Amino acid sequence: MDFLINGIILITWKQMLMWIIGGILIYLAIDRQLEPSLLLPMGFGAILVNLPLSGALDQNIQGIGQVTGIIDWLFKTGIEASEAMPLLLFIGIGAMIDFGPLLSNPRLFLFGAAAQFGIFATIIVATLLGFDLKDAASIGIIGAADGPTSILVSQVLKSQYIGPIAIAAYSYMALVPIIQPFAIKLCTTEKERRIRMKYNPESVSRLTRILFPVVVTIIAGLVAPASIALVGFLMFGNLIRECGVLKSLSETAQRDFVNLITLLLGITIAATMKAESFVTVRTILIMCLGLLAFVLDTVAGATFARFLNLFLKKKINPMVGAAGISAFPMSSRVIQRLGLEADPQNHLLMHAAGANVSGQIASVIAGGVIIGLVPGFL
Amino acid sequence: MNEDLISALKLTAMGMGAIFTVVLVIYFAVRLMLKFTGRKRQSADKAQ
Repeated sequence: MDFLINGIILITWKQMLMWIIGGILIYLAIDRQLEPSLLLPMGFGAILVNLPLSGALDQNIQGIGQVTGIIDWLFKTGIEASEAMPLLLFIGIGAMIDFGPLLSNPRLFLFGAAAQFGIFATIIVATLLGFDLKDAASIGIIGAADGPTSILVSQVLKSQYIGPIAIAAYSYMALVPIIQPFAIKLCTTEKERRIRMKYNPESVSRLTRILFPVVVTIIAGLVAPASIALVGFLMFGNLIRECGVLKSLSETAQRDFVNLITLLLGITIAATMKAESFVTVRTILIMCLGLLAFVLDTVAGATFARFLNLFLKKKINPMVGAAGISAFPMSSRVIQRLGLEADPQNHLLMHAAGANVSGQIASVIAGGVIIGLVPGFL
Repeated sequence: MNEDLISALKLTAMGMGAIFTVVLVIYFAVRLMLKFTGRKRQSADKAQ
């Protein structure tokens, strides 16, 4: 009857620590409702893959040989082989996004670009801390504030830290309402936060809304070909939304499809959360660097707006620049709240939403650019 | 300075440059689209 206690004998303290981490993720998902659709499967998966002799992972069984485990199979098929899961998720994200506020005020595109600086600043800090360039780039992309992009870039660059990177990306996205106010107050004055902005949107025709995803795909494909899978799937989802003849598909993409892929992605990422590779000092460093990336993104966006204000007659509220990080729609809601805190008549939501969706486009372009550039440095 | 750090600095310059380039091209394309589709809309409004 030894086989009954084999599992108990083989438990390590690192595996037990992973159970606790899994439990914390489940707690955050259920009690705090932080990205529950992802953190809950990730938390449960962390427990699943850290049971000794877990049948959810590939096993070499005496007398039988190699037996495939479902989590390892999902990872190899859905992420490693083709990056299918994070890419498919972009169809749903694209279908969710209304680019109207951005199209009606295209100047806001610039803030999306500026707020990606945190990614690169974090890459620099990560290399200073001893990470090699491909791991540093994978860590920096946490600053894209976009979980699927982080997973995809770290997978393409073959980073060994996909698990902690995914956790950091999704956790900090959920913590945007805490991180951004801190970072914004760090780099703006009360007077700047009170700046009011009139909302005079240009009219956006249905034709423009339909042409936009096609044109962006072509431009991104021509100028930054490495970004085309990311941008293309995002824009394909948006075209489904805007075409007006696929309402049912659009609704499915926004809800059921996204939920299904997120659920599978969450539990699949658990394959990278095996105790022996996850419980290291570097995991803690990655969590700290992820936080730094979010803070620097926010500071970069706000600082860019302040810089533009040097030349503009009609001033821009720097907080709108901070909304250029991708975490959509949390960031724009945070900016609206902070605007009202500074001045109860200061409604910034539509400006912030425009900058926020611009950040969504810029962050996937950043992901593609990193995938395209990093191999050239290796 | 170590090699990775130098590469990271170059990556930053090239990466931000590339992102701004793509975004600016998209910005001008959107401006063009708005110009053409906006005119149509105005003329339609006048016709009404």
